[in-house]
Order: sequence, then structure tokens, then C-alpha cells
Amino acid sequence: MLEAPVVIAISLIYLGLLFAVAWWGDQRADQKRSLIANPTIYALSMAVYCTTWTFYGSVGRAAVSGIGFLPVYLGPTLVMALGWFLLLKMIRIVKANRITSIADFISSRYGKSHVLGGLVTVIAVLGIIPYIALQLKAVSSSVSLLLSYPEIVMPNRSATMSVAADISFYIALILAAFTIVFGTRHLDATERHEGMVAAIALESSVKLVAFLAVGVYVTYGMYEGFGDIFEHINASPELQRLATAIPSGGGYTGWFSLIVLSAMALLFLPRQFQVAVVENVNEAHLKRAAWLFPLYLLLINVFVLPIALGGLLHFAGQGVDADTFVLTLPMSQRQEGLTLLVFIGGLSAATGMVIVETIALSTMACNDLVMPLLIRHQRVALDESRDLSRLLLGIRRGAIVVILLLGYLYFRLAGEAYALVAIGLISFSAVAQFAPAMIGGMYWRGGTRDGALAGLSAGFLVWAYTLLLPSFAKSGWLPDDFLTQGLFGIELLRPQQLFGLTGFDEIAHCLFWSFLANIGAYVGFSLLRPPTAAEATQATVFVDALKDAGPVGAALWRGRAKVSDLQELVARFLGPARAQALFTAYARRRGVASGVMPEADAQLVQFAESLLAGAIGSASARVMVASVAKEEPLSIDEVMHILDEASQLRTYSRELERKSRELTAATLDLQEANERLQELDRVKDDIMSSVTHELRTPLTSIRAFSELLRDDPRMHLADRERFLGLIVSEAERLTRLINQTLDLAKIESGRADWNGCELNLKEVIEQSVAATSQLFREKEAHVELDLPDNLPLILADRDRLIQVMLNLLSNAVKFLAPGSGRVKVVLRLLTDGLEVSVTDNGPGIRPEDQQLIFEKFRQVGDTMTAKPSGTGLGLPISRRIVEHFGGKLWVESVPGEGATFRFTLPFAPIQEQALAQVAAA
Amino acid sequence: MHRRVLASDRLIAAFLFGCVLFNYPVLSLFDRQTTVFSIPLVYAYIFFAWVVVIAVMAWAVERRFK
Repeated sequence: MLEAPVVIAISLIYLGLLFAVAWWGDQRADQKRSLIANPTIYALSMAVYCTTWTFYGSVGRAAVSGIGFLPVYLGPTLVMALGWFLLLKMIRIVKANRITSIADFISSRYGKSHVLGGLVTVIAVLGIIPYIALQLKAVSSSVSLLLSYPEIVMPNRSATMSVAADISFYIALILAAFTIVFGTRHLDATERHEGMVAAIALESSVKLVAFLAVGVYVTYGMYEGFGDIFEHINASPELQRLATAIPSGGGYTGWFSLIVLSAMALLFLPRQFQVAVVENVNEAHLKRAAWLFPLYLLLINVFVLPIALGGLLHFAGQGVDADTFVLTLPMSQRQEGLTLLVFIGGLSAATGMVIVETIALSTMACNDLVMPLLIRHQRVALDESRDLSRLLLGIRRGAIVVILLLGYLYFRLAGEAYALVAIGLISFSAVAQFAPAMIGGMYWRGGTRDGALAGLSAGFLVWAYTLLLPSFAKSGWLPDDFLTQGLFGIELLRPQQLFGLTGFDEIAHCLFWSFLANIGAYVGFSLLRPPTAAEATQATVFVDALKDAGPVGAALWRGRAKVSDLQELVARFLGPARAQALFTAYARRRGVASGVMPEADAQLVQFAESLLAGAIGSASARVMVASVAKEEPLSIDEVMHILDEASQLRTYSRELERKSRELTAATLDLQEANERLQELDRVKDDIMSSVTHELRTPLTSIRAFSELLRDDPRMHLADRERFLGLIVSEAERLTRLINQTLDLAKIESGRADWNGCELNLKEVIEQSVAATSQLFREKEAHVELDLPDNLPLILADRDRLIQVMLNLLSNAVKFLAPGSGRVKVVLRLLTDGLEVSVTDNGPGIRPEDQQLIFEKFRQVGDTMTAKPSGTGLGLPISRRIVEHFGGKLWVESVPGEGATFRFTLPFAPIQEQALAQVAAA
Repeated sequence: MHRRVLASDRLIAAFLFGCVLFNYPVLSLFDRQTTVFSIPLVYAYIFFAWVVVIAVMAWAVERRFK
């Protein structure tokens, strides 16, 4: 089943399937029913990060350095947590400026500089070529392994092998053709490729499934689970050390530098920038990707170590390269289906990477390298009014072929000397050089073109010297004595111990020196001179991308241009029909009939420039627009003035927002106040109605008795006196009621007069008891006092306290049975105050009534006397008085055994007490 | 707090948290010849911490604010 024709046929069918998916995705995009408008597909497309390096190489690295394969996936996991900020800002900038690549991004940020765009392109291409070589190496060795089935023969390549006989050469050509068909089919040369993204997402799923399948097979088919594999290695200390120790070679420094490096790579690899930023259809997709993509990374790594250990155990001493374990393990078990699935998975990983990477690089090469050169040197070709979109596509297709052939060349020269992972890390270190210019450009206004140029060049040179050239030297292509003895025999210049720095592995060493040079030069040269007008403009566009600033760019353009000229210019790069449609749509959006305005305003010029930027890069677009428009150059002062105005506008609008927020808050406050007033009003009405009700009862009695007296002149004297007595007592009750209502109202409204002074509570109690002694005598009740001497003073109003005591005492006596009543008044010292209790042996108060009696007009009283004998205000008033002086008043009672009213009062403040004691002494 | 700010702060916290978990010196605490359920400790630790970091990130971005 694994004969050459079958393998080739299945590979081609698989590529055809991918192509069908891509075609379908493009169709759907044209119908505005995007296939990729889905956060999961976005996250899967980001998994183009996992190439054959992951698919085959992780196992290879794990076989050498144990868990050392992991930091390359931990870095991206961590950076995805920040992706929400960094990627979001990049997406906004890219969308607003129709940026198509990293080179365009950096060139656009530093004043739309051609030189800078070209430099970034060169670095990216040179940096990525080893990475593409890696894919070729992986695919070609997997093909030759498959073709030797059922034997397992390591691909043996000799340097003398002719290109025509080399299978990887044909693989490179097939991949180039495939990429051309994939990425540059469209004549309209726009920046987005929805179909490609759909195909990449499919490939990501396939490679994950394939890797998990082989992982499960090795772990649970060949062995009995994770535990079993790890127990097998106990026999070999070598393997055991592999599985448990942090990798040798750099140790934690190496580990840390790999995390940093891979984090940068996730942001700045051209293919990652392409799928994560350029191809993003909806910012909200970032949210799902923030955790789904790390989850993908985790899943694809779960089985790496088991496969590596399984392979080392299984192929011990057979000289099988660990980079091939993923494929050779199922082969050794004659699992043909699984072997084929793995091969397809590896092919997915390689094609996905090659397609996206070369499309991204070819766009860069076309827009930032070739077009600027054409514009500068071959004005003739461009001045002809002909459709240039074919030229653009031609350049891109050529670039794809050249890039893949360069990859093949590197593979021939250096590929065999290195494991997959080591090659990948060389590329990672190269793209990491974009970090200072990119991140600095997004957050620092001061960065200039000179700074970016100097930083990138310095970082790139250090990278080439410390990592790329040694890779050539190690593969024998360069004499390697400059590695051991240093350049020109100077020891300090040894590329991998630069200036004598040791203790780092080669990656950490390169990262340290290149970043030092890169960041140092970027910052240093940026600070040499103030930004120019163009730099300042673009700095504002980039740094303020997340603020709703409006079109800053349009505000900074002054000049004259004809609409027809602009449209013609756009038509030359995008095709006449498309240009016509875009301009009509724009005019409709602005509410103008197209053709009505012959003279273009700044916004239209801006619009045309952004259209061109999507096709030929921002720097070239700038030049092209300038060629048809009569522009007035702005001085730096004018630019700064306009930018200031823009930022002032922003400040005003922020101020306005703040004011409006304050207004809303004030409205809310007013509403609340109004509700409170209404509530108070309602409470007042309630009180009024209960007061009038309470007043009516005695008034009715008085009126009834008065009428009786008036209507019956012959009434007996005894009855007459009794009725008159009742009238007098009801009138007294009425007076009391009115007084207490007024009193309570005063207390509640806070208008009561309080005469606070230190007083001796014992005296107050004695005075109150004396005042009520008549009541007790009438009921023949016994009063018992327990009042200790020399207690501290308290701060209160004497008359008010007497009022409280009188109330409690008269309440107690009211419910006593005549003849056998006993009332006990006790004064006690607490830690922070005094407590007074008045205990009676009356009928007591039911638990459910114990709270009720402190409410206004509530009398529970004696059920036997139908007529209320009090006002229902005494206890509420007493409680308020006690609370006013910081105390509490409550009741404890068991029905049938009497009731105890207690209240506490805090001590007077210390100094006054001391003074009082001194005075007393 | 504004919901968007809160989600952002949670992500930054997840980032810092992950940086600490995955690097020296915390990592070195688990770098020893021990196994949990016969899986090497450091290997089990890294994957466990990885799952935790991903879970925190998912919680931060996907949680619906009440």
C-alpha cells in the first residue's frame, strides 16, 4: 500500500482537496458569506505556527534534551495573553492603513521609507530561508523513508548528488507551483486570501489529528500508557535523566531565551503576521484565539516525550534519527494506514508553512523591494497607461519561486549538518530582530527612520555573525577556524563567544548580543534628531491607533489632485472595473454622485493611497500618489500644529465625555433625593393619619359623655360626677397625647433641646421613684432599689432621663396586680457604661409583642381592659432618648413571670469624669 | 470596574503568572528525580501549569459579566 505511486497519488489528492477548500473559501468570500468569519478557524489558522519542526522536530529535540522542546510553545502561550493588546493594536493599524506585511508595517511607521521596507524584506527573506529549507528537508526525508518501506533506511544524502536526482528539488518546485496557484490566482492583487486561510485551518486540524493518532498509538498501542513508558526508562539512567531534568546546554538561561524568542516569533514571523493580523476578519476572534491556540499547542505536545522515549527504547542502537520517530515507529509496526496519516500530517505542516510564509514573503518582496526599484529606475514602464496588476502578480510569482529555490539551496548547503529544531531557531532569532522597531513603533513616538534602520542593521549583522555564518561553518561550507580562533584570528571575535562571553548556548548568546545592538542602535539613533514631519504623522497614526482619533492622515495632506487622475492611477494597479466600483462606492458613502467632484479632497486622496497601499505597499503608494497630485509639502511645524489640534480635539471630546458622565451622575442623585423626599412625605402622612386616629378616641369619649350630661338633666349626681371625672381624665390623656406627639416629632426631626451634663444616675433614679411613689401606694405595690454608690458619672439630660424612668416605672405599676405587686430597680456597672433595669412581676409580654411595644401607637397592654390606658408613645420616646445618649433600651420577659426593661448609658468622656471626681474629692 | 479593563487586567495577570510558573526559580523546584503517578515530576508540573494558565485566559476572555 505504500508504494511510490500510491504515496504520490494520495499526496496529490490531498493537495487537491486543500485547493478545493481554498477555492470554496474564495467563492464564499466573493459572495460576502465568509467561511473564515469564525473564531475557531482563526485560532486554527494561527496554528500554522506548528510546522514540520513541531511535527517531526519536537520529538527529535525531546530525544536529545528531554523537555527542552517545550519553551518554544510556552512562549507563544504567554504572548497570547498579551495578544489581546499587541495583536489588537496591530490589527487596527493594519486595517486603517491597508498594510500587507511586516515590511510594509515598519516602512509605513517610519515615514513610509522605501529603504527601511527593503531592509526588512531582505532580513525576513534571509532569515526565513533556513526555515523553508527545514520544511524541504522534513518532507524529502519523510518521502524517502516511505519509499524504502518496509525497511527503515535513514535517508543518506551525499553532497555530490546532482540536483536533477534530488527529490527535494522537485518537492520545492511542486510547493512553489502549489503556492502560486494558492496565493496569487487573483488578478486583483488585494491583500487578503480567505480561501488560503480556510485551507490552512483544515491543515492545522489534519496535523493535530495525525500527531495525536500516532501519539495514542505509541503510548497505548506499543506501550501501556504514559506510566508504562516512564517505567521502561527506569532501566536506563541516561533516558531517565532525559525525562526528568531541565535540559543541559544553557540550562535556565537557554530555557528562558527560548521562551522569549518563540514569543517574538509568534508575533513577527511573516506567516504569523499574515494569518493573525492581515487575514483577521474580526477583532473579536482574538478572544477565542487567546486560549484556543495555546490549547492547540498543548495538545500537539502532550505525546512528544512519550514518542521520543518510545522511539529511543524501540530503536536502541539501530541508528534511527529521532527526527523521524513519528514516522518510523508506526512503520516499524507495519501500521500502513497510520503511517500514511502521519505522512499526510507532516505534509500538512510543511505545505501550510511554505504556502503562508512564501505568500507573505513574496508580497513583501514585491511591494517593498521590487516595486520601489521599478518606480525609481523604470519610470517609462509605469507611465504607460496600462493595467499593471498582471505585472504585480508576475513579480509575486517570481518571488515565490526564487524564495523556494533559495530554501532548497540552503538545504543543499547547510541542511544536513543541523537537526530540524536548530534550523528553526536560526530563523526565529532573525525575525526577533523586528521586535524593537515594531513594538517601539507602536508605543513610542520618538522612534525615527534612522533609529529603525540602525537597529535593524545592527541586530541583523550580529545575528548573521553569531548564528548564520557559524551554521555555514559547521556544515563545512565555510572554513571553521573563524569559529574556534575568531575573525582574523582575534579571540575576542569568536562568533559564539563574542567578546569572551561564555556560559550561554548559541541561541541565548545571539539573542543577547543582537538585542543589545538592535535596541541600543534603535534608541540611540532615534534620539539623535527630532522626528521629521512624515515620521511624526505616522507615529501619531500608529501610537494612537486604539484611540478614536478620526482620519489623522487626511488632515495632514494639502494639495490639489484630479479625481480622474487618481482613479486612473488606481485602475492601473487594481484593474479599471474594480477601480470604478471602488470609487463609486466611496462617492456613495460620502453622499456625492461620482463625477460631480472633479477636484479630489484630502480624504479622497487618502482613500486612493490606501487602495494602492494594499496592492503595492505604502511607500510605493505614497510615491505614486505624489506623482499625480500637486502636493504642498508640510513643514514639521505645520504637522505638529495639526497633530496638536487633533490631540486637543481629543482632549475636548474627553472633557465632554467627562462632563456628560458627571451630568448623568447628578441626575441620578437628584432622582434619589426626590425618591427620599417622597418617602418622607409618605411617612409623614402615615404619622398624621395614626395621630388623628389616636386623637379621635378620647375626643369621641369626651363628646359622648358630654352629650349624655347635656341630654339628661335629671341624671344622678353620682353618675354626673363619674362622667365628669371620665371627661377630665380623657382630656388629660388627650393633652398627654398631643404633648408626646409633639415631643416625638421634635426628637425625630432633630429639633429637640438636649441639655447634656454629667449626672449621677443614682440620684435620677431615686428622684423618679420618689415622684411615682404615690402610684405604687395606690396599688399597694412594693418597690425595691438596688443602687450602688460611687458609680461613674454619665453624660445625659437630667429631665429626659427622668422622663424615661417615669415612663418605665409607670408602665410597670400599670400592669401590677393590686396588693401583691413588686417592682425592683437595679443599677449595675458595665465595662463601658451603666445599666438600669426595672423588673416587675406583672403578666409579662408575649415574645411576638416585645418588638411591637417600641413602635408608635402600639399598645399590647392588658387584654382585660378594652380601653387603652396609655398613649402608645411612651416607650418609643424613651427608646429615642436613650439612643440619643448612645445607649440601648430593650425588654426581656417571660409571659406570666413579669417583664424587665433594661437600658444602658455610656460613661461620660474620661477627662470630664476625672475632673468631676477631683471636684467631688 | 469597566468590564473591558477588568478582562485586560486578568490577561496581564495571567501573563505574569505564567512567566513566573514557567521560569527559574519556580521551575527548578520541580526539577528532581521524582514521579507522580509514575510520570516525571517536572513534566507533570509543566503540563499542569500550562493547563492552569490556559484556563485562566479562557476564563478572562470568555466570561460573561453579570
